[in-house]
Amino acid sequence: MPDPILQTCGLNSFYGDFQALYDVALDVGEGEVLAIIGANGAGKTTLMRSITGLLMNEPGQIHYRGHDISLLRADQVAELGLAMVPEGRQLFPSLTVRENLMIGAQVNRKGPWDLKSVYKLFPILEERKDQASTSLSGGQQQMVAIGRALMANPDLILFDEISLGLAPIIIKDIYQALPGIIGEGMSAVIVEQDITKALSVSSRVYCLQEGRVSLESASDTVSREDISRAYFGIE
Amino acid sequence: MEWLNAIVQGTLLGGLYALFAAGLSLIFGVMRLVNIAHGDLIVLAAYLGLTVTTATGMHPLVALVIVVPAMALIGYALQRGLLNQTLGDDILPPLLVTFGLSVIIQNGLLEAYSADPQDLDAGALETASLAVGGLTFGILPLLTFAIAIAVIWGLQWTFYHTALGRAFRAVSDNQDIAQLMGLNRRHIFGLAMALALGVTAIAGILLGIRTSFDPAIGGARLIFGFEAVIIGGLGNLWGTLAGGVILGVAQTIGAKIDPGWQLLAGHIAFLVILAVRPNGLFPRVSG
Repeated sequence: MPDPILQTCGLNSFYGDFQALYDVALDVGEGEVLAIIGANGAGKTTLMRSITGLLMNEPGQIHYRGHDISLLRADQVAELGLAMVPEGRQLFPSLTVRENLMIGAQVNRKGPWDLKSVYKLFPILEERKDQASTSLSGGQQQMVAIGRALMANPDLILFDEISLGLAPIIIKDIYQALPGIIGEGMSAVIVEQDITKALSVSSRVYCLQEGRVSLESASDTVSREDISRAYFGIE
Repeated sequence: MEWLNAIVQGTLLGGLYALFAAGLSLIFGVMRLVNIAHGDLIVLAAYLGLTVTTATGMHPLVALVIVVPAMALIGYALQRGLLNQTLGDDILPPLLVTFGLSVIIQNGLLEAYSADPQDLDAGALETASLAVGGLTFGILPLLTFAIAIAVIWGLQWTFYHTALGRAFRAVSDNQDIAQLMGLNRRHIFGLAMALALGVTAIAGILLGIRTSFDPAIGGARLIFGFEAVIIGGLGNLWGTLAGGVILGVAQTIGAKIDPGWQLLAGHIAFLVILAVRPNGLFPRVSG
């Protein structure tokens, strides 16, 4: 296996005194699409916040392309080429659609993604570019959130619960567009509660349960029983 | 005609109040920081102007080319070195720290310049005037008002048409997500404070030309600035200009009725507007 683009080992994360992650070890290969599943409160979002630098960690726990990024701030991690589509979209309400996308390009990395290519991917955003981001439908807001992350031309993109709160038809559209988005050598981590969707686009899957990794498997061979056991912790 | 004159003079005075207020408004808008030391920073800028003009013999308005960058630098250092550490979910630490800063600046100025009133000598500009119809316009108040409009237009333009302004708004909306997009909020806050104190420098020099000043007058400038911001509506810079004008007009009309009423009339106008429109006259339209 080639060197992983992202690797965590012995990752413990805390919210104040509360420990949310215990000894989490996972790796993402170059060009790989990884799924992370788990119930509410299993620690998926905490894991994302730790990786992106929004939560501080002990040194040595998170490596990106061989560099220890555990102590870096989120903006420094972003400059290394790691972008996130955050849970709940989290667009900037006082910025227009176009301005939201432009903020994504703040890290100034070269690559295929710019306003033009994002508009080509989601033509509706060009029509709405001067509107406030809050005036868009949920699905369109998700497109802005995805476009905003792409504008950074990341090497690794994290999708946190992209189907949350969206209509099934919109979710289907977004997942159909995903392979085209992730293509071109980008690696991705998809955090999802919708297990079927997560397995359909990923090559490997990790399951988190109460802050620990309870399953690691190839996505196409994993059995429903294994998932239930890892997901709910019932024997 | 006397009343019309009072209104005109009050309007022009409002330009100065808007300049006091613009920096406050900007800082609150970007980082939700209420800067109690703002008035003292205005006075500090006036004293810096005094030092520069006495040392070099420059005209006070020319001294702006030194005082504005100097104040901006002080602003950036102050934000990165001190104020960033106070920001968080709790609103109390920044209030207490800027209150302490206010005391330190006042006493520092007292130590350095004594309590004697000073003023900035702008020569003929101070008394020059223009008669139109039955009204007389002071050139300095006219110039102040024009500068206030230019400054507020410039800030507005920066906010809505530049990458820096986009960063200000993004950080103001959601600090964590802005950080994820590669914007270091500590640096952005530093730049916001630099810009605010740059404006404060202009306000301080114009104040120093208009009236005499001593180290203790910062508090009242802070109150005028606050009142202009609140009357105009938080987060709206043109509203802040309107707030300054309303405050200025209330004061000159009050003074017309009875000289002792000048400040009181301004405060009453502020309280009435606060009672009728708690969000100010032109609160920011949420987009």
